[in-house]
Amino acid sequence: LAHGAGGKATRTLVEGIFVEAFRNPTLETLDDAAVLCPGVDRLAFTTDSYVVSPLFFPGGDIGDLAVNGTVNDLAVSGARPLYLAAGFILEEGFPVADLQRITASMAAAARRAGVQVVTGDTKVVQRGKADGCYVNTAGVGLLERPVTLGAGHVRPGDAIIVSGPIGDHGVTVMLARGELDIEADLVSDTAPLHGLVAALLDAAPGVRLMRDATRGGVATVLNEIAQAAEVAVVVDEAMVPVRPAVTGACELLGIDPLYVACEGRFVAVVDGAQAEAAVTALRRHPLGQDASVIGHVAADPTGIVLLRTAFGGTRVVDLLVGDPLPRIC
Amino acid sequence: MDQVSVARLHVRVEGIVQGVGFRPFVHALAAEHRLAGFVGNDTGGVFVEIEGAGPRLAAFVADLRRRAPALAQVERVTTEPVVPTGQPGFVIVTSVTGAGRTALISPDTATCPDCLAELSDPADRRHGYPFTNCTNCGPRFTIVTDVPYDRRATTMAAFPLCPDCAAEYADPTNRRFHAEPVCCPACGPTLRLVTAGGDPVPGPPLDGAVRWLRDGRVVALKGLGGYHLAVRADDEQAVATLRARKHREEKPFAVMAADLPAARALVDVAPAAVPVLTGARRPVVLLPRRPDAPVAASVAPDNRDLGVMLPYTPLHQLLLGRLGMPIVLTSGNVSDEPIVHRDDDARARLAGIADGFLTHDRRIHVRADDSVVRVFRGRELPVRRSRGYVPAPVTVPWRFDRPVLACGAELKNTFCLAKGRRAFLSHHIGDLENYETLRAFTDGIEHFGRLFDIRPQVVAHDLHPEYLSTKYALRREGIELVGVQHHHAHIAACLADNGEPGPVLGVAFDGLGYGSDGTLWGGELLVADLAGFQRVGHLDAVPLPGGPAAIREPWRMAAAYLDALYGDALPDLPVLRRHERRWPAVVALARSGLNSPRTSSVGRLFDAVSALLDLRDHVSYEGQAAIALEQRADRDERGGYRVEASGPVPLADVGRQLVGHVVDDLLAGVDPGRIAARFHYGLADAVVRAAAAARDSTGLTSVALSGGVFQNVLLLDRVVSGLEATGFRPLVHSRVPRTTPASPSARPWWPPPATPP
Ligand SMILES: [Fe+3]
Ligand SMILES: [Mg+2]
Ligand SMILES: [Zn+2]
Ligand SMILES: [Zn+2]
Repeated sequence: LAHGAGGKATRTLVEGIFVEAFRNPTLETLDDAAVLCPGVDRLAFTTDSYVVSPLFFPGGDIGDLAVNGTVNDLAVSGARPLYLAAGFILEEGFPVADLQRITASMAAAARRAGVQVVTGDTKVVQRGKADGCYVNTAGVGLLERPVTLGAGHVRPGDAIIVSGPIGDHGVTVMLARGELDIEADLVSDTAPLHGLVAALLDAAPGVRLMRDATRGGVATVLNEIAQAAEVAVVVDEAMVPVRPAVTGACELLGIDPLYVACEGRFVAVVDGAQAEAAVTALRRHPLGQDASVIGHVAADPTGIVLLRTAFGGTRVVDLLVGDPLPRIC
Repeated sequence: MDQVSVARLHVRVEGIVQGVGFRPFVHALAAEHRLAGFVGNDTGGVFVEIEGAGPRLAAFVADLRRRAPALAQVERVTTEPVVPTGQPGFVIVTSVTGAGRTALISPDTATCPDCLAELSDPADRRHGYPFTNCTNCGPRFTIVTDVPYDRRATTMAAFPLCPDCAAEYADPTNRRFHAEPVCCPACGPTLRLVTAGGDPVPGPPLDGAVRWLRDGRVVALKGLGGYHLAVRADDEQAVATLRARKHREEKPFAVMAADLPAARALVDVAPAAVPVLTGARRPVVLLPRRPDAPVAASVAPDNRDLGVMLPYTPLHQLLLGRLGMPIVLTSGNVSDEPIVHRDDDARARLAGIADGFLTHDRRIHVRADDSVVRVFRGRELPVRRSRGYVPAPVTVPWRFDRPVLACGAELKNTFCLAKGRRAFLSHHIGDLENYETLRAFTDGIEHFGRLFDIRPQVVAHDLHPEYLSTKYALRREGIELVGVQHHHAHIAACLADNGEPGPVLGVAFDGLGYGSDGTLWGGELLVADLAGFQRVGHLDAVPLPGGPAAIREPWRMAAAYLDALYGDALPDLPVLRRHERRWPAVVALARSGLNSPRTSSVGRLFDAVSALLDLRDHVSYEGQAAIALEQRADRDERGGYRVEASGPVPLADVGRQLVGHVVDDLLAGVDPGRIAARFHYGLADAVVRAAAAARDSTGLTSVALSGGVFQNVLLLDRVVSGLEATGFRPLVHSRVPRTTPASPSARPWWPPPATPP
């Protein structure tokens, strides 16, 4: 517990681990706040907390998740991510080796994303009051492009695009808990998306809106779009890219991949006329090779997401209120 | 006439009394009793003023109810003395329109004998005319667009009456007096035969359709409540083609036979089933299939029963008459979509399924699927209440304080609007997850509200947070919302069906329903009245490994039960070997609780046993595994597994003990047919004993049986006889379906009625 008390132990922890990992001139001052001089007037600012179990899973850990997640929130807002803040809540007795491993992957992810972790905070709580390690990151980015994104720009006829196969992250994490006797050749899709987003924006200025499909998956994002833009979103089931391993695991688990979290995929609403160009540009990028137009925006029925099934039926893909529960009587 | 005894009465008749020939009937009755006065329709029903000698007035009033026309449903006759006027003669007066509508619209009704006679009479001007109807028969609910019920407010408005029809319509002594859908070949709808591509086929349409059907082709047939798909029932190839194109793998198809003798060639028609099969409502009746029935195996695979119906429109009558063979008649849709009822939709959606269309130009305003019933102990046991029954209200012996909307469940939804003493159950809506169905649900609520002038002040909804019907209810603003537990709703529906307020013991066995504790219920013993309930017994919950996947794959329920019973010391069973690869993962899933909610469902227990007996590992429609188990049961076996009482909660250990017996018998090499029967009877006996235990603590002697599992007549029969033998009074459904779909029907009986009559 001493490590969180603010005294020397804290200093040791901070300097020994965090400054070491995220080394940069702004952070090294260890001031209470980072002073940033972006020299522009359009800033994007976001924060997100990360709680994942297990902390380490194939393809990533809570560290790169925390960096990529916030980077992606900035990226899909159309911003170039610049600076991150990182906050840690550690459970007493959390192994220092694990913390070092997490910070190392955070640092790697930050380098990959071209962002700097410029300030941070750490608290240690009593054993049992937290589950190992929680991370919060906040991020600042610059809006350099003249684009204006938002639900207000969405129009009937727009195309709905996903940037890659869905559900990899959620399924990987579920299986990594080790309770299930399932092996799948899967890794998390966690990745920084700003490069891919930039490629998209270069190719298709008619991007209306982007969302990273994290909690609640693509289904939830589409519902948010349908409601915010007061339009219908019509998805063609056959066009939704899902890896066979994800399909298989989802069948076994009884879950719908549309609701499974991704950490390196985004949904974009794009002017229907630019759909081709958008997908082509995405596919040229290593993170967007399986990008696909999965549907379109329609005027009616507003606020609803419809899925055209393989049989030609039309299913309502609703926002879940809680955990999925069978609705069959 | 003795002047002293002359009196005048104002009479009001309520119920289904419009559009059913009531005014001509009153006119004739007045003539018969030599009475003067008038009769007319208003928004509340029929009003009569009648004047004459006292005793004749009394006889007249008694006859109003006793001799009412076939389609009338007289709910109430009230009289009030008024001052005699001395006005001579009896007249039919103009209808009065206005606010406060309570007059009822009749359900669609099978062609009456008089119309059938005209249809086959070469001298009649309606000879062979497929849209013949009169005040005693024909389309009603499906063509009504608005109130008051009047030709202008039906889809027949598009067909102006010819002089002959107009004369019949205006003549109080004619069978077609004010028959709103009246028509004839000169002025009414016409039949057309078109190819799948939409091209008209030359020649008489019926002849062409008969030729196509004989050739084994799939014909889309526009009927009363929607488009059907038809093929000859004896042609394996044709039926298989229909299944493949419709993406309906195994769910049984219904068959239409030309008449009762033709039906008898297909199924055993017990005397009690005859009036159901030949009655005015014409449901599909599930009856034991004859071994020699000329019906292709794939019509109703692995099923001892066959759903049979008789023609209910002149079109069906003419078609079946010419064809001389039964046809499969299934709703025109793909897979689980709602039945197609609009012409443009039919062209778009059925073109890939049907080889051609036998269609017509009378619009269907509201879709209505065929109703389905079983016959249990001489009474109808409704499975699906729709065409022919809807929108006749279920009248209950109490009053609803305020108008209620009950939103119903997610699957096989029906909603209900209730006011006064009447509950209007909707037609079969379907699975709300389908968008078309969801629209039928919201539009239907609107339509019913307008037709019956019900503006709900209370909206009742299921507790399941993800049901689209629940979400619909929660979106309604400025209205009192009441959440009703699913199985309480089932029992309340059964109470309402029987016109009783309770309290009773209630056994609610079904697939899954959201419980008050947030777990999934489905094997419940309740003490319930209309207003509330207490859960006094239930099966111990087992995990549903993989949630919905466990419902689609009954073998997972076998895994869950075997894991609960044996842990890692599993007996060697075929079901295990069949699923060797996935078994460990499914067991781990069950143990982890990940997407494996726990349930006390009896439906899932049936699934487990069905898989253990190698009957069904996967299902393609709801209830399939349980049906397979019922079908498999050896009818010569009468013994049931003995379930020992254990612990304080009635029914708690029933599932595990029964599965244990099943496994023991399997390992001992007992025939699966016997095991299936012993399982049914063991469960039934356990229900009776649990009820007896609950009677000891509550003193209640009536037991309401509800929920989809009680569609199973093998189980139902044993439970009912067992209860009777133990001194109980069992209550079963006869007006309102017991299934999941029906559970919504319960909701209007919540909140509690103010006072009994
Ligand atoms: Fe139910
Ligand atoms: Mg985020
Ligand atoms: Zn008739
Ligand atoms: Zn005419």
